[in-house]
Amino acid sequence: MTGDDGGIALVDLLDRLLAGGVVLAGDLTLRIADVDLVRIDLKALVSSVDDAVPSPWKQVEP
Amino acid sequence: MTEDRPLDGDTLFYVYTVIEASATDALPDMPPPLGGGGLRLVSAGRHAAVVEAVDALHFEEEPLRGHLEDLEWLSAVARAHHGVVAAVGGATTTVPMRLATVCRGEEGVRRLLAGADERIAEALVRLAGAQEWGVKLYAGQPPEPPGGGTVGGGPAAGAGGGRDYLRRRLKDRDVREASRTRAARTARDLHRELSRHAAAAVLHPPQDRRLSRAEGLHVLNAAYLVPAAGREAFLDAVPPPDALDAGLRLEVTGPWVPYSFTAGADEEAGAAL
Repeated sequence: MTGDDGGIALVDLLDRLLAGGVVLAGDLTLRIADVDLVRIDLKALVSSVDDAVPSPWKQVEP
Repeated sequence: MTEDRPLDGDTLFYVYTVIEASATDALPDMPPPLGGGGLRLVSAGRHAAVVEAVDALHFEEEPLRGHLEDLEWLSAVARAHHGVVAAVGGATTTVPMRLATVCRGEEGVRRLLAGADERIAEALVRLAGAQEWGVKLYAGQPPEPPGGGTVGGGPAAGAGGGRDYLRRRLKDRDVREASRTRAARTARDLHRELSRHAAAAVLHPPQDRRLSRAEGLHVLNAAYLVPAAGREAFLDAVPPPDALDAGLRLEVTGPWVPYSFTAGADEEAGAAL
């Protein structure tokens, strides 16, 4: 059993880090598509979307 | 390192996780996990975020987007992120951020904390003393039928081979389907039983085999939120390998900081089987 050491499988970690965790003020969309590479669609970086939380990013959403 | 780096409003901060503002002792003492300015706390009201000033060359939106498609980079950041979350989680209740949460300036971090103040407070209460356990169930391929199976036994094999071949193929298919149905039923029963011993449960999608390199069909990828007091009862409810049908394989991971349970019941309700 692996708790907090380096023996953790990346795939188990990604289940949690890409689907779990607080998404603050935005829909960060990260998904593993069925291609040979991990492909991640960062729709909007966290904390850049919700009006209540002004964007930390200078640029406008694409 | 931190000293000669200008911490002006344009500095990018990678946000790892959030704790109560009073839990300053929980800030881990470790080398800069992302090679930036090292870990520090930025607080707003009752909460504090564990952050690191990071290099805009890599963490500005555009380069970050590119990097995240690079499995090696993603892996390194995921492990750095987890290293911090696990260390903080070992010392106090913490609410981890999703991977790659980056803010501009300390002001950005404070805005982020302020905007999620209620949600974070709710999660800190709900997750206090609880841990996450992962349970995965795989169904292997059913055993080869006696007599060598179908491998190499094409339609041309022997007199009347065509009909026999077809029959064997159909039978193989039936066996596979029956095996899948059994595996699905086991997954459902197991999930129901384990959920009874957990405060909450979440189903993750089956894992990509190219990433997991696991044999067999991934029929259950579940996470359970287990209060400290219920840990033994939960683990006792996990069946030993010899209690499973032939061909089924169970894997347990954890305990984890409850990554999969940061959202309250009113947001992103976990899927129910």
